[in-house]
Order: sequence, then C-alpha cells, then structure tokens
Amino acid sequence: MQNLKNDREQEWRVALRGKMKNKERTDIERVKMPEMDPQVRILYQDREVNKGLDIAAARQEASRCMDCVNPTCIEGCPVSIDIPRFIKQIEQGNIPEAAKTLKETSALPAVCGRVCPQEKQCESSCFYTLKLKKDPVAIGYLERFAADYERESGHISVPEVAPGNGIKVAAIGSGPASLSFAGDMIKLGYDVTVFEALHEIGGVLKYGIPEFRLPNHIVNVELESLQHMGVRFEKNFIVGKTATFDDLKAEGYSAFFVASGAGLPRFMNIPGENYNGILSSNEYLTRVNLMNAANNKFDTPVLRGKNVAVIGGGNTAMDSVRTAKRLGAERAMIVYRRSREEMPARVEEVHHAEEEGIEFLNLTNPVAYFADEKGRVNNMRVQRMELGEPDASGRRRPVVLEGSEYDIAVDVVVVAVGVSPNPLIPSALPALKVSRWGTIEVNEETMQSSVPELFAGGDIVRGGATVILAMGDGRRAAAGMHSYLIEKTGILKS
Amino acid sequence: MTHCYFCMVTKSRGKNRLSTYMNQIIYTEQFSGNVFKLVVHAPRIANSRKAGHFIILRIDERGERIPLTIADADKKAGTITLVVQKAGVTSTRLCGMKPGDRILDMVGPLGKATQIHQVGTVLACGGGVGIAPLLPIVESFKKAGNRVVSVLAARSKDLIILENEIRQWSDEVIILTDDGSYGTKGLVTTGAEQVILREKIDECIAIGPAVMMKYTALLTKKYNIPTQASLNAVMVDGTGMCGACRVSVGGSTRFTCIDGPEFDAHKIDFDELILRLGGYKGEEKEAFERYLQLQKS
Repeated sequence: MQNLKNDREQEWRVALRGKMKNKERTDIERVKMPEMDPQVRILYQDREVNKGLDIAAARQEASRCMDCVNPTCIEGCPVSIDIPRFIKQIEQGNIPEAAKTLKETSALPAVCGRVCPQEKQCESSCFYTLKLKKDPVAIGYLERFAADYERESGHISVPEVAPGNGIKVAAIGSGPASLSFAGDMIKLGYDVTVFEALHEIGGVLKYGIPEFRLPNHIVNVELESLQHMGVRFEKNFIVGKTATFDDLKAEGYSAFFVASGAGLPRFMNIPGENYNGILSSNEYLTRVNLMNAANNKFDTPVLRGKNVAVIGGGNTAMDSVRTAKRLGAERAMIVYRRSREEMPARVEEVHHAEEEGIEFLNLTNPVAYFADEKGRVNNMRVQRMELGEPDASGRRRPVVLEGSEYDIAVDVVVVAVGVSPNPLIPSALPALKVSRWGTIEVNEETMQSSVPELFAGGDIVRGGATVILAMGDGRRAAAGMHSYLIEKTGILKS
Repeated sequence: MTHCYFCMVTKSRGKNRLSTYMNQIIYTEQFSGNVFKLVVHAPRIANSRKAGHFIILRIDERGERIPLTIADADKKAGTITLVVQKAGVTSTRLCGMKPGDRILDMVGPLGKATQIHQVGTVLACGGGVGIAPLLPIVESFKKAGNRVVSVLAARSKDLIILENEIRQWSDEVIILTDDGSYGTKGLVTTGAEQVILREKIDECIAIGPAVMMKYTALLTKKYNIPTQASLNAVMVDGTGMCGACRVSVGGSTRFTCIDGPEFDAHKIDFDELILRLGGYKGEEKEAFERYLQLQKS
C-alpha cells in the first residue's frame, strides 16, 4: 500500500494529474472496442473478433482514469495489478513501461486483457462504476493494448529473475494457474518445471478458448517469455502415471503445485445422452482448437451440424455455439435453463453471440434426446422453465413449467453445463484430502494441501472458475510454497 | 525434435544410438497384411506401465490422437510394444513407419491397470488384434499363480498374432478361425464354451472387436463367470477431459479412459458401444479418402 502511495507521488504522476481537470476526464466517453463485422467474422474460425485499440484511442481512454488516491480497482484484481500506474504510463505514452508494470504481477497480460470478466472484477470496482455511476475505465482494453503493443514492437521485456537457488519445484498442468505460479517462482530463483498431459502448453487457453477470442500465437508469446526466464516445460507427461510423485522426488523435486484443472465434463444424465452427435463442450472445443479439426489438412474429424444446440449459459457455451456457427451451422442455439440475467458468461461474449445470429432459447431445459436408426441424434425434447426463489448461488432457481414440453430438430448437441475436478491426481495420492466434490482441499491463504509439499490451485481447487482467479491462486501458492521451502530448507533468505 | 529427457537425466543413452530421441521407432514387424508391430523408445512409460494400460499418440503436427493398448514393454531397453491394425488414416500411416522414424507425441501409461489376483483358472479370450492387449494380462495372471487357458480367434490364420508369446504364459491355447484356415473352424465363443463345459473357470477376460466381446459376455453370463472386457472407445485426450469415450455400464455413464478400459462385461451396454464406435464413421471415411488422394498426388 505504501509503495502504491509513493509511486503515486512520483513527479511524472503528479504532473500528469495536473494536466487535465477531473471534470474534463469524466466528460470523456468510454472508448468502443473496434470489432470485425459480424457477417464477415462468422466465416472464419480463426479471426479475432476484437481488433484492439490504437494508441490514440488508448491514450484518450487512459486519460479518463483519475489516478485515485484509493485505487479500489486493484482490490478487484485477483493478481493485484498496479492498475493506475500502468494506465498512467499509457496516458503518458510510455507503453513499454506500462507492459512492464503489468508483467510485475501477471504472467499473462495479453491473455487477461482478452478473457477476464473485467465487468465483475477491476472495472466493477472502478471509481466511475462505484461513485459516478458511469461506464468504468476500460481497464481490460488498456491491458490488452499495452501487452499487444509491446509484443508487436518486437522489444519484449523479460522480468528480472533472482539468481538460481538450485531448488527444483514442479507445476502440474500448464493452464493459467500453473503459468502464473511458474512466473512468480522463477522470479524468486527456483528451478521450475511445468508438466503437461497434452501435447501443447497452455491448458484451457489452448484447448478451450477459441482462436476468435484468444489466438494461440498470443498465448505462445507469453509462454516464450516464461521460457526466456528459465521455466522448463515437459509435454505429454502425466504426473502420477508417467512418473509417480515419489519418482519425481527422487529426481530432486522438493515441492509441487497441482493445477490440473476441472477436466471432467459433466453431463445431465437424461435419456439418450450417449447418442452420437451429443458431445461435451470439452470434446468439441478440443477437436477444433487443439486438434485443428475444422481444417481439412488435419486428420482429426469434427461433427458439423446444421442444427446445433449448445446446452448452458457460460463462456464455454458461448465459445461452443459461436464455433458451431463458424463451422457452418444454419441454426446455432443456446439452450439455457435460466434467463439472460443469470448467465455466467462474460457480457461481451453474449453480446458478440447475439450479433452473430445465435438463437437464445432461455428458460429452456433439455429432458431427452432421440436418434435415427444409426444412433445419431435427430431430436431434442425440451421443457420451459420459470424462475423461482434464489438458490445457494444467489441466482433464482429455475422451476419446471409443467406441460410445456416440445421438440427441436438437432443433429449436433454440445453439452456445456460445467466440469468436475479431474480425478487423476487425487487418485494417485491417497493421502491427499479432497472434498466430496473431488476438489483438493487447501489452506486458502497459502494454497497448501494436506500433503505439506503439495500445493494446489485453479479449477482443481475451485471446481470451475475463471482464468484470472486461477492466476491469483498460482500467485498465492507461489508465495505459500516459498515460505514453506524457506522454513524447510533453511538455506534461503527471502 | 525432443531429445529423450529421461535418457538425459538417467544418462542411460548410448547403448543404442538410435534411441536418443523420445518416441523413436526401434523395430517394426509385419504380422499380416494389415497388422504391424512397433517397438518404440519410451523409457518412462516402459518403466511405469502395467497390464491393461494404454497410451495415446499423435504421429505429427497434423495427426489425430489415438489410443493404443501397450502389448509389451522392456524396462531395460526402455521400449514399449504396440500392435496396430490399418483401419483409418492414423493407423495406416503408423503401419507405414520405419525404424528410426519418430512419433511426435506419446503419453501414458493411461487407464486403470488390470486387477490381477490369484483366482484359480482364468479364461483369456482374444479376438484378432485384441490378442495384443491380451498378452500382458495373460502374462500377469500366469505370474500370479493362476491356471490360464487362452482362446484366440480371428477371421483367418494370418490374423492370429502373438501365438508363441501367448503360449509362453498359458497352460493351454485353443485357436479358432472363421474360415478354418488354422485351428478349429468357428468363433471365439465356440472355443470358450468348450473350456467352460470341461472345467471350472473362475474368471474370464475378453478383448477384441466389440461384437466378439458382446457374445463372449453373453456366454459367460449364462455360466455365471465373472468377466472383464477391455474397451477400445473413441478418445481425444485420454485423461477424462473430453468424454468421447463414455460408455454405459450397469446403467450409469463411465469414461473408458479413466474408469476403464476394463469393465464388468456383464454390465456393459455393448449395443450402445457399437453405435458409438461408429460415431465419426462418415468423417473418418472422408478423411481416409483425402489421405489416399494425397498419397496419389
């Protein structure tokens, strides 16, 4: 906190604040993100929808930020980015410094600028939102701008790394939690190896989030940064299977961070759900994103439907239904049991989906599937719902409207109703305490599990959350593991 | 190309200069027109695999991920043995690979290992290329002190593979072919029933085409013999993530990759499994035609 205050009193910050009156700042309208035309973008699976801000627009948007004495926006950020500092650096025109500020606490700024639900985090705690009841500063757009600008300039700064302390630690899984953990640990001087089960590094950033929302080449640049800092990546490696924890301990690993994700798709257990043509969003998106199935030059097949129904209302559902549209579906539908207000998806994704001609069958729930003689789904029976009293999640509980059933013709159904924790790690370590949902139980501050040398974070602990919450876990786990190793080895100084 | 990390950390390379790389093919053998054996350098997997485990591989950047059961492993040499039958694009390309070639990605061992106990007499039924994954299970049951009777069946003589290896770990081997070109003419169930009527069988394991396992399960159910079947479902990641491999067992949905690949054969919904195995048939056929076209040009 004191650091933030001192930073704010630096000469250039004071001067910048004096350049414009607050009234002038608050009079500026929030910038609009330039987007690809919806009719054009639905023809391409791999073209990014948001085009990003240019430097003039970014600096203007940055000047809206009033550089508050008490920057509440930072409290809304799970990885505590010094938001006012990076925004003021953009306003000043010093974009490389802004990118450096981001990298101090975030291993993946170009990713977060694209996929964070800012409206629920930093932007929801912006002074504009809280006090002025105006549109918040576009913190997410600015984050993306700074990261993109640095990358495109070709002069990518590599954060400072402490001299190596020779202590080997492992991260299991290579999604956002692990990458954030690896970034912090390598800066502290540890010898970090990230183990990944798939043939690509990046976890959900690669197999899950589509190119039109997060291009792989952008993820790759952030991975290269980590590699330059010294992080090692081992692909095609399942800890607990390819080698046991004991094997790795024998190879010198002192502690482990488990971030193996919520890689177990949930189904609804309704009649006919195992017919062909009905698949999990994980399978559908993995085929298209990781295996390039939409491209004829690749061997992996994907089912292209005329009438595609996607069950669910989260980001994964939006990604799936928009992918279906891009693969040529005539009718691409969201079937969601609550109403638009309760949708967990980012507001921007729902908005983009609507622009692209996605149909929303809200307050609708599937109850059974029917198939042709070859076992391929051809019909879906749904029922209408209405909203009752709020449930444990605070959202109003959907209640069945009796007698409201009707049928919809479908040839592909993508089930995106959530995921459960992947059981591979817990089943490899019987001593590990897990909840009855299969999530690993940890100390919330240190992320340490019931096995002292084992820390955990991300969806394997949360059961299904966001990229940025996973990254926050990675940072906390790095801090927790660092203290643990100082105590255990006694040779480190913090 | 990735140097074999395991060999580097354990300093075990040098014995065979070919095997400096991960997933390098050391040896190949053609069992029959469409069935090939590949021995692959994969020391970590060779070290940790048990009977019943499988791997997932991807030949190159454009390849798909396919599961293959591990037929054998040599810890000392750091190799695993795979048996592949030409069926689609990937298996055909795999069968064309030569010693020295490298498989880009391979991960494993996956799945749950076979439950091996001393039960008495084990009836091991293998159909066609399913004889390959049966081999390590037969070996393990034998080593656990069981009497093992193996029944191997295939369409014709050249599709009966690994007969000598199976014999090595079996007390008796019965062979059947559809066309009578080798052994007795008939199906696997003919041979199995003959054994069941003759002696007390305590456990049965069946591996082969889904239809073969279905009828083996029906037969052993009639005689109340506990039976495991090892399923070869459609998979993408093999770690529980995609759910492509789901199968109904006793009325509930299970994932072949992490709950299997072996299940109680009397509870498996084989008809659903057979339909699901054809889930991408149209797409696979198209891909194969594209591949043949590409080979010609």
